Amino acid sequence: MNKTTNQKAWIFLAPVLILVAFNAFIPLMTVINYSVQETFGNNYFFWEGLTWFENILHSERFHNSLIRQLTFTFTILLIEIPLGVAIALAMPTKKGIWLSICLVTMSLPLLIPWNVVGSMWNIFSLPEIGLLGKLLNSLGFDYNYTRQIGDAWFTLILMDVWHWTSLVVLLSYAGLVAIPDAYYQAAKIDGASAWSVFRYIQLPKMKRVLTIAILLRFMDSFNIYTEPFVLTGGGPGNSTTLLSIDLVKLALGQFDLGPAAAMSLIYFLIILLASWIFYTLMMRNEEE
Amino acid sequence: MANIKLEGLRHSYVDNPKNDEDWALKQIDLEWEDGGAYALLGPSGCGKTTLLNIISGLLQPSHGSIKFDDSEVNQISTDKRDIAQIFQFPVVYDTMSVYDNLAFPLRNLGWDEAKVSERVTEIAQLVELTSMLTSRASGLTAGDKQKISLGRGLVRTKVNAILFDEPLTVIDPHLKWQLRSKLKKLHQLLNRTMIYVTHDQIEALTFADKVVVMNFGEVLQIGTPVELFEKPKHTFVGHFIGSPGMNILPCKLDGDNANLGKHIIETASQITQNHKGRNLEIGIRPEFIKFSDDGLPVSIVKVSNVGHAQIVETSFEDHKIKLIVDEDVVLPSNNAHLSFNKEKTYLYADGWLV
Repeated sequence: MNKTTNQKAWIFLAPVLILVAFNAFIPLMTVINYSVQETFGNNYFFWEGLTWFENILHSERFHNSLIRQLTFTFTILLIEIPLGVAIALAMPTKKGIWLSICLVTMSLPLLIPWNVVGSMWNIFSLPEIGLLGKLLNSLGFDYNYTRQIGDAWFTLILMDVWHWTSLVVLLSYAGLVAIPDAYYQAAKIDGASAWSVFRYIQLPKMKRVLTIAILLRFMDSFNIYTEPFVLTGGGPGNSTTLLSIDLVKLALGQFDLGPAAAMSLIYFLIILLASWIFYTLMMRNEEE
Repeated sequence: MANIKLEGLRHSYVDNPKNDEDWALKQIDLEWEDGGAYALLGPSGCGKTTLLNIISGLLQPSHGSIKFDDSEVNQISTDKRDIAQIFQFPVVYDTMSVYDNLAFPLRNLGWDEAKVSERVTEIAQLVELTSMLTSRASGLTAGDKQKISLGRGLVRTKVNAILFDEPLTVIDPHLKWQLRSKLKKLHQLLNRTMIYVTHDQIEALTFADKVVVMNFGEVLQIGTPVELFEKPKHTFVGHFIGSPGMNILPCKLDGDNANLGKHIIETASQITQNHKGRNLEIGIRPEFIKFSDDGLPVSIVKVSNVGHAQIVETSFEDHKIKLIVDEDVVLPSNNAHLSFNKEKTYLYADGWLV
C-alpha cells in the first residue's frame, strides 16, 4: 500500500491550536518571560535570571500567604468533604418531588456569581445590620469580621462551605445512585450494619467521584480570589490575605511584574505538584 | 434447613393494583421441600426474581405468608432468615480480600477470629478459592467473584436455603458448564434446599430435580423435567420447554371428538361437553409425530438438519406443524400425511390441560 502524504489534518487542528495558544501557551510564556526580567516601565527590560525566584522563596510575606492558603484549603476540605458525603447519604434515593427539591436547593449556591456571593456574605455578616452579624451579637458574641481575625476567618470559611459543599454533595450523590441494588441486598443478607454498608460498599464505590471532588475543591480553593476579596479584602491587616490576593497586590498594586511572575509560576507548580501526587496515590491504590 | 411454604402469596409493585397487569405475582401457593434442588423457570418479567426476593425477605409481599417449617417469617428480617442469595451480577466487597469477604457474615454475627478462620478455610476449600484467599476481591474474574458470593452465602453454619438469581449470566460460556456441575455437586454434598432462577431451559432441566415453570406472575406447572416434557399442564409450558416447542393447534369440538379441520384427532384427554365454547387447542410435541400413509394431509414447507435428526416444518391449512424425524428418513415428496401418537396428544382448554 502506498503511503499518501496529506497535510489537510493540520487545517482541522488549527482552530484548537490557535485557541490553546491564546488562552494558555502565550500567557504562560509571557509570565515566564517577565519572571526572569526587571522592568521600570516604558517597555525596557533587564535580565535578572533566577533572582526573583530566590527572593520569593525566601520572602516571609510569601511564606505567610502560603501558610494562610494551606490552612484555608485544608480546613474547607476537612469540612466540605465529610459534610457533602453526609448530606448526599441523607438525600432521598427514589425519584420524586423531594429529590427534585433537594437537587435544586443544592444547585442554587453554585449558580450564584462569585462576587455576588462575596457581597451577600459581606452584608449578611455586618455586625450592625447583617442578619448573621446582628444575630450573633444579640446572642452575646462579640462578633465583628472586619476587626477581629478569628471572626474574619470564621466568616470566610462559613462562606466557602455554604458556597461549595453542594458540589461535593452532587458528585457524591451521583456516585451513590450508581451503586446497583444487589450490593445493598447482599449486605442485608450478610447482616451488615449501616456503618459496614457505608465503609465497605458506599465509600469504595464513591472513591472515584470523591477523588474528583477533592481535586476540584483543592484546586479551586487554592485559586480562590473573588469571594474573599469582596468579603474582607484580605483583612483585617493581612490576616485573610490568601495567595491569590497577595499575588494581585504584588502585580497590580505594586506593579512588581518580575517578582509577581515568579510567584505565579511557583504558585502554579505547587498546585500542579500537589494534584499530581494526590491523584497518583489514589489511582495506585486502585490498581493493587 | 427448613421446609419453605408460600401461602396465598400476591405481590404488586404499585400502591393500588387495579387490573391483572398490576400484579407481579398473582397467586402463588408453593412448597419447597427441605433439601430439594429446584429450578424456577420462566421468561423475563414473569415474577421469578420477585418471588425469590420475597423468600429472602428483601421484599415484603402485598398478601400471603411465607413459612419456614410452619412458622411464619414475614416479620423476620432478611439477615435472621439464614438465606444465602447469589445475584445475577457478582457482588463482592471490593476493598476486602477474598478471605475477608468470606469472613464478613461471620464477623457481623460476632464470631471470634479463631472460629472464623477455621470456618472460612473450610468453605474456601468447598468452593475452590483456597489459592486466592489473600488476593483482593476486586481484581478477580466474574466466575471467581460468583464463587465468593456463593461462599459468603454458605459460610454461615445454618442456611435454610440457597437462592440463585440467574447466577451464570455474566460467566463465560465454557465456565458456565463447569460452575453448573459444581453447583450440582455442592447440592449433593450439602443437601440444602437450592432454588435456581433462570430463563434458560437447559440450565433449569440439568440442574433441578423439580422445575417450577412460571409466567404472568403465576405458577403454571411443577414437575420433574420428564413430566414437563411429556405432559405439559399448560400450552405455555409445552411451548417454552423443548426445542422446537410443542405444536399448539386450534381445534373444534364435534361430539366427543376434537377436530382439526375435518379430521378427527384422537387424544389422551377426556373430552366432555363442558369444554364447549372454550378456547380449545390440541398440543403435540414434534417428537411424537410421524409421517404415515394416511392421516392429516400436510405440505412440507421447510426442512432443517440438526445433525442426528431433521426438523420438518409442514403446514396444514393455515397452521404450522413441526416434527422431528431421524436423519435417514426419506421425506415423502408429495401427499404427505402425519399421524400423531395418541398417548402424547393432549387437549387444552383456555391454555390449561384437559
